[in-house]
Amino acid sequence: MKVDRRDFLKVLSAGAVTAAVPDNVFARAKKNVSPEAVGILYDATLCIGCKTCEIACQNYNKLTSQPSDSSNTDFDPYTFALNKIEIYRNGDGTNKESKNGYNFFKKACMHCVDPNCVSACPASALTKDTETGIVSWDSDACIGCRYCQVACPFLIPKFEYGAAFPEIIKCEMCQHVQVKGKIPGCCDFCPTGAAVFGKFSDILKEAKNRLALPEESNYKYPVGDLSGKRSKDNPVKKYINYVYGEKEGGGTQYLILSAVPFENLGLPKLPDYSNASKTEGIQHTLYKGMIAPIVLFAGLAFTTYKTAKADNQSDKGE
Amino acid sequence: MSELKPIKGKIFTLPFFILLILSAIALVFIIKRFMYGLGAVSNLSDGYPWGMWIVYDVVTGTAIACGGYAMAILVYVFNKGQYHPLVRSALLASMFGYTLASVSIFFDVGRYWQMYNIFLPWYSNTNSVMFEVAACIATYILIMWLEFSPAFFEKPGSEKTLKKINSVMFIFIALGVLLPTMHQSSLGSLMIIAGDKLSGLWQTGFLPLLFLISAIMMGFGMVIFESLFSSVTLKRPLETPLLAKLSGVIPKLLIAFLIIRFGDLIFKGKLGLLFNFNLQSLMFIIENLLFIYPLIILSSQEKRNQSKCLFLSAASLVLAGSVYRFDTFLIGFSPGVNWHYFPSFAEIMITIGIISVEIMAYLIFIKTLPVLPDVKHA
Ligand code: SF4
Ligand code: SF4
Ligand code: SF4
Repeated sequence: MKVDRRDFLKVLSAGAVTAAVPDNVFARAKKNVSPEAVGILYDATLCIGCKTCEIACQNYNKLTSQPSDSSNTDFDPYTFALNKIEIYRNGDGTNKESKNGYNFFKKACMHCVDPNCVSACPASALTKDTETGIVSWDSDACIGCRYCQVACPFLIPKFEYGAAFPEIIKCEMCQHVQVKGKIPGCCDFCPTGAAVFGKFSDILKEAKNRLALPEESNYKYPVGDLSGKRSKDNPVKKYINYVYGEKEGGGTQYLILSAVPFENLGLPKLPDYSNASKTEGIQHTLYKGMIAPIVLFAGLAFTTYKTAKADNQSDKGE
Repeated sequence: MSELKPIKGKIFTLPFFILLILSAIALVFIIKRFMYGLGAVSNLSDGYPWGMWIVYDVVTGTAIACGGYAMAILVYVFNKGQYHPLVRSALLASMFGYTLASVSIFFDVGRYWQMYNIFLPWYSNTNSVMFEVAACIATYILIMWLEFSPAFFEKPGSEKTLKKINSVMFIFIALGVLLPTMHQSSLGSLMIIAGDKLSGLWQTGFLPLLFLISAIMMGFGMVIFESLFSSVTLKRPLETPLLAKLSGVIPKLLIAFLIIRFGDLIFKGKLGLLFNFNLQSLMFIIENLLFIYPLIILSSQEKRNQSKCLFLSAASLVLAGSVYRFDTFLIGFSPGVNWHYFPSFAEIMITIGIISVEIMAYLIFIKTLPVLPDVKHA
């Protein structure tokens, strides 16, 4: 049985046809932000790197400092709190927000609009609240497979590798205090208003407003939330004209403004769709209503039944 | 159809004892893992949450264990009854490969005490590729044991049970083809969600198709490899003519695989990544050379009939598929510049222990149950 030319050409053309199909044709529709969604606006130009947010987070979430074995100390959140102030340096790192400068970035869960982690989790331990859009973790459901860690584009979920009975740790936007009408710890205690909490639609509007402000003008930056109860005057820096998170990975409820390119804050370049939409699209195409598997099974059962019967008969004949 | 018989020989041989010691060492590390957590024995981290165990024991191990699946396709779907003598031993190897993969999952999973949650309807997430993989693999293991069960009853006094099992056997066989088709492809889909964390040399929407084809090829490769290997080590006659014929299927699959692989890379303009001259491009080249070698050898009718060529190309093919899996899950995966992974000594020893248990179980079974073709008839 040599691979003859006809066979070869057949396989060749079948393969070529398959390969020419763009691989995201199956992607399912994008998801939208819920009208009730809440979020955090982080303005890197205001961040002074004081790490008050880390302390606040630790208190609000009753965390004990418990570094995991795997911590990557400079860039790994959650060795101490559920958000981490990362420091990025360029050149000789003398001035903030310049080519030869340094920058802070407050890393925490982005509360994605179409979260990969939620799609990936086999046990529905990670869920996205249909109203607030907060992505939270359920210890009773999680099996510790760590697929969420593989799936998250921002490397957010942390796992306690050093514990015999480990948990997944991630920011849940302090929903336990939100239900009591309070705002997340990191926003409440941020002295400059670099992190502010609000309804998603409001923080997005606020972000776009800031981009339109004239450079070096004075602006009353809200502190804590957008209610205007607290504020702090600051000169406006030269923003990059872009809201990171409006589109990234299908959108996030944690929005970021910066005066330096977002790569300099360690943020990945992401397509405007979530990878979850791609995987789920492929899975749904193949497994919708289990029709394809059932049809395939029926075909297989029929064929094997015939073959097995023929086999049995030839056995008896021997 | 030739008769299947237990083969003669002592179970407790020297190699068997070495395997026993290796599994005992693994057991010590496994105990340590349960007492002090995954970090105590492994180099896993938040950046590299999956390491050697998932990539070898589960993703590669089950593909290597696709012999039973590949043979079932050939014998029952394409009705090639002449390969029947190879079916049961292939099935046995698959059964152990998969069963032990599920054992490894148990100690890899962090919160193992509630692992059954996946299967509780109120917790199952049907959108999750991982759920699909887990559900399929679990069912498939059960099906394989059922498919193999006649071996336990092929003795005087059990004719009735045997007949009953055989009358519904076609259902198990059909499921035994359907389920691996589903989960072997989904094992590839697992990495799609990782997006750009996986290098463009491996990341593609075709991962499920490529994983499926390569799993079937590895299955055939393994059947050839195991058959020749057990012939030599257990001093049994070579089954070269049968295997030569069987190996004729492989080049077709290989061509399809390589065309989809390279077609997609060219189409997306990712082939340039090959000239980065880093570990990833090197591994990509090694992987593909290992795929191309059996393609060249097995396309020649003459070479197919030489057991040495057959053996080498089968080994190369299995290795190629394995490297492809390691590349897709580990070498091609980079969460960021600050993260590194290389398996720890304990991780490696645990995997070696698992493989030892697998071989020991295989040896016990072929020496006590009718698995291999009887020498006189073969
Ligand atoms: S940032 Fe990561 S952990 Fe947070 S919602 Fe998005 S995918 Fe999930
Ligand atoms: S580790 Fe837990 S939360 Fe993460 S995907 Fe697995 S089951 Fe879900
Ligand atoms: S929202 Fe709460 S849990 Fe999240 S980073 Fe801020 S303080 Fe921590």
